[in-house]
Amino acid sequence: MAEDKVQLLGYWGSPFALRVKWALKLKGIQYEYLEEDLPNKSPMLLELNPVLKKVPVLVHNGKPLAESLVIIEYIDETWTHNPLMPKDPYDRAKARFWAKFADEKCVPATMSSFTKSGEEKEKAEKEARENFKTLESALEGKPFFGGEGIGFLDIAIGWLGIWARLVEEIAEVTLIADDYMPVLSKWFKDFLELPTIKEALPPRDKLLVHNKGFREMLMGGST
Amino acid sequence: MAKTDVKVLGAWPSPFVMRPRIALNLKSVEYEFLEETFGSKSPLLLQSNPVYKKIPVLIHQDKPICESLIIVQYVDEVWASGPSLLPSDPYDQALARFWAAYIDDKWFPSVRGIALPQGEEGKAELMVQVFEGLALLEDAFDKCSQGKAFFGGDKIGYVDIALGSFLGWLKATEKMNNVKLLDETKNPNLVGWAERFCSHDAVREVMPETDKLVEFAKMLRARFKAPAS
Repeated sequence: MAEDKVQLLGYWGSPFALRVKWALKLKGIQYEYLEEDLPNKSPMLLELNPVLKKVPVLVHNGKPLAESLVIIEYIDETWTHNPLMPKDPYDRAKARFWAKFADEKCVPATMSSFTKSGEEKEKAEKEARENFKTLESALEGKPFFGGEGIGFLDIAIGWLGIWARLVEEIAEVTLIADDYMPVLSKWFKDFLELPTIKEALPPRDKLLVHNKGFREMLMGGST
Repeated sequence: MAKTDVKVLGAWPSPFVMRPRIALNLKSVEYEFLEETFGSKSPLLLQSNPVYKKIPVLIHQDKPICESLIIVQYVDEVWASGPSLLPSDPYDQALARFWAAYIDDKWFPSVRGIALPQGEEGKAELMVQVFEGLALLEDAFDKCSQGKAFFGGDKIGYVDIALGSFLGWLKATEKMNNVKLLDETKNPNLVGWAERFCSHDAVREVMPETDKLVEFAKMLRARFKAPAS
């Protein structure tokens, strides 16, 4: 492709930017990475994503796009080698369905178990566990959601293998229960060990400190 | 294709159910509409959408597809010979997906929030959010339509379906709360677009009447009213 200019505005601690990084790496796309100094949003970010003012933003030949899953589908449609989405419409619908489920069900429950306390925390923890368990069924006996190799759904959900484990450690909860969901637990491990995936991960100790601080802020500084 | 090959499980008041029906109508695909009884969920619904137990569900050759916008994309991909619902250009396609996600995740929750019992301050705040959203969508219409009738250009597309399906509830909310949300002076593009959308052949028969929605909302409110303290 002649002179393609690809830029990614991201944040080192953002799992949503990570999703897009994974997609770009899997496609072998050369890009310029621009780190946002959150919460001090740059004028560039505010100009390129005026609606939501968030990272990640992909800029391809000057044209900006926001929302990580939208960006990933765009990447897949534009650079058609190493396809991320399945070909069959029904399989595509399933992949989109489960990505949405993870974002709408697993993530909020995980967040609540992270920031709440007492009964609310317990309830959120249970809900998160059940939602992860439901996710397990989507593997349908395959090593990865994409089949023999990884695809859209793997990179849409894989980040939770890091972040949910951080929540487990910091908030002292159990979300991805190894004995309750052994297949999903194994998938998380296998996915995160893949070189292309592993190379892009932010340093865990830095993430731990960052998220501990984040939790303190969200919980109002309570001990 | 035999009519029974394609089924839509839904209910007439639901804006989400309208979406697959409009999509199928645009593709001239015959389907069987299975209306769920309000207050109960049919065994077929529970079986086809065990995760959410919600409508709409599209059942195509016995395979269930859930989540309204995911269904619309599925319809677009399966019946590819019909008029396309998503733009063919990947960037325009991504923009369409972006706006549809914005409408569902940010804008409509504000609209729905207006109808909930709350103080005047809360309601006023939500109204501001709704108006801000409409201003963004007014601008988006300009960019997406490129001077044509719909977000999708000459014909109804993905964003039209995403936003248009909420027009019934938008009008009902205006009526019940005595407010004007879609205003000719503030949103001339959208007002014109709304009229065209609602009168389109593929939409007319599935768009519920505002008065019927108001009645339905009143019924819901009465049914779920907390006992007087």
